Amino acid sequence: MSDVCIIGAGIHPFGRTDGVTGLQQGVFAARQALADSGAGWADVEIAFGGSSAAGNADIMVNDLGLTGVPFINVANGCATGGSALFGAYSAIKAGQAEIALAVGFDKHPRGAFDPKPAEWGLPDWYGETGLMLTTQFFALKLRRYMEQFGISARTLGLVAEKAFENGALAPHSWRKQPVDLETILNSQMVNDPLTKFMFCSPAEGAVALVLASEKKARELGADAVKLKTATVRTRPPGSFEVFSPGLDIERGPSPTVIAAKAAFEAAGIGPQDVDVAQLQDTESGAEIMHMAENGFCADGEQEQWLAESWTKIGGKLPVNTDGGCLACGEPIGASGLRQVYENVEQLRGRAGARQVEGARVGYSHVYGAPGLSAVTILER
Amino acid sequence: MEPIAPDLFTLEGGEPALLGGRDKASGRIVFPLPTDRERFDPVALPREGRIWSWTVQRFRPKSPPYTGPADFTPYAIAYVELPGAVIVEARLTGFDPATLKVGLPCRLVVEPFAGKASYAFAPLETENV
Repeated sequence: MSDVCIIGAGIHPFGRTDGVTGLQQGVFAARQALADSGAGWADVEIAFGGSSAAGNADIMVNDLGLTGVPFINVANGCATGGSALFGAYSAIKAGQAEIALAVGFDKHPRGAFDPKPAEWGLPDWYGETGLMLTTQFFALKLRRYMEQFGISARTLGLVAEKAFENGALAPHSWRKQPVDLETILNSQMVNDPLTKFMFCSPAEGAVALVLASEKKARELGADAVKLKTATVRTRPPGSFEVFSPGLDIERGPSPTVIAAKAAFEAAGIGPQDVDVAQLQDTESGAEIMHMAENGFCADGEQEQWLAESWTKIGGKLPVNTDGGCLACGEPIGASGLRQVYENVEQLRGRAGARQVEGARVGYSHVYGAPGLSAVTILER
Repeated sequence: MEPIAPDLFTLEGGEPALLGGRDKASGRIVFPLPTDRERFDPVALPREGRIWSWTVQRFRPKSPPYTGPADFTPYAIAYVELPGAVIVEARLTGFDPATLKVGLPCRLVVEPFAGKASYAFAPLETENV
């Protein structure tokens, strides 16, 4: 089995780009990633891609070229990008391909998502009575967590403040204006305890990554980063997931906990070895809870971590160095790959004003409905 | 009044109770009652419980699927732990959102929603839950 490298990374800026389809943004990112890698589209032996609301990824062959390449469409909720990467990683690891492409893109209408109950195996009354909203789930999971482990509203605010601070330093981010803590805490309450500035918004954007075997990366003389693992896990019994009319009284771990554990085992390292992390931050509390679920701190220690600025750039573990979902928005198909893109840039030392000095190990984590997590670990 | 869904709750015995399903193999109780009766037996859930977590919905959900009034008033929702059974998601009724907290006792009520009978949890004044 071959070691797997990322040899090219491309991104279409996140946010709102009127007049450009999601698919076109995907093509833009794919071309940029290929140019960055030194390989051509004709060299790509397998591709995986997806979007949630912007069409089928395999249509891209019309623009990229009719090379006959197998192109597999992925639809895995918020983890679509992570799952596309998992496909590309596995193909190279298995020796099925020397060069593979993973691409994710999206373009969502404004406002909260409006899922249809039947598509999630749920009865209509659940949506009709106003219980089927992602924002509610985040608030309900968080409220319970805050009560159990003593997390304050101020700490939620500090997460958002950091996100906008970092977003202002990232060329590909959407929100480029820092927002101060008081404004965040006093902004409109959306779903208690979360205010407007503590939530990310659906948006647009695209990311593509070119993967290669270590041998091929050497041949191309690429500026390569090792993809130590791409691990995906679905929910175990007793987890607390979005769109759950009922929960088991006997609580269990989250899919993130088991994905993180498996990823660290596969990479042969531990949380203490990570230099920079991108963690799913659909809202401020998600970043807080995911710090613990991924093993970077114990439950409740986030109060101190945020108060001491340990997750800021320059802290002991910078988290969401491009501002995460809070500053970039969440185009579902692209979001998980953006996290990996950011780590690739960090490990190559190309992150400019947001560069984490000496970053050698990068960790990314994406969580999606209806309960799956994808983790990648990169090493320079 | 017509229930918003069949088999969501029962009024047998005069007091309302939500219907859950008991997994015949494992004994695990789920809510709502699944349609797969080969695997799940219907079970009337406890009528009283405690707030396990809560939030307030402060913007109007999109329609569809939401069928609540166009004139929107924020509403509180919670997960309610029904002891020994399951934790259910529900709208709250009769609570002042400013006083909501984890652990408050509550009881099931059936009340109108968009012209049909739906369920919610109301404050329970006694501490003997």
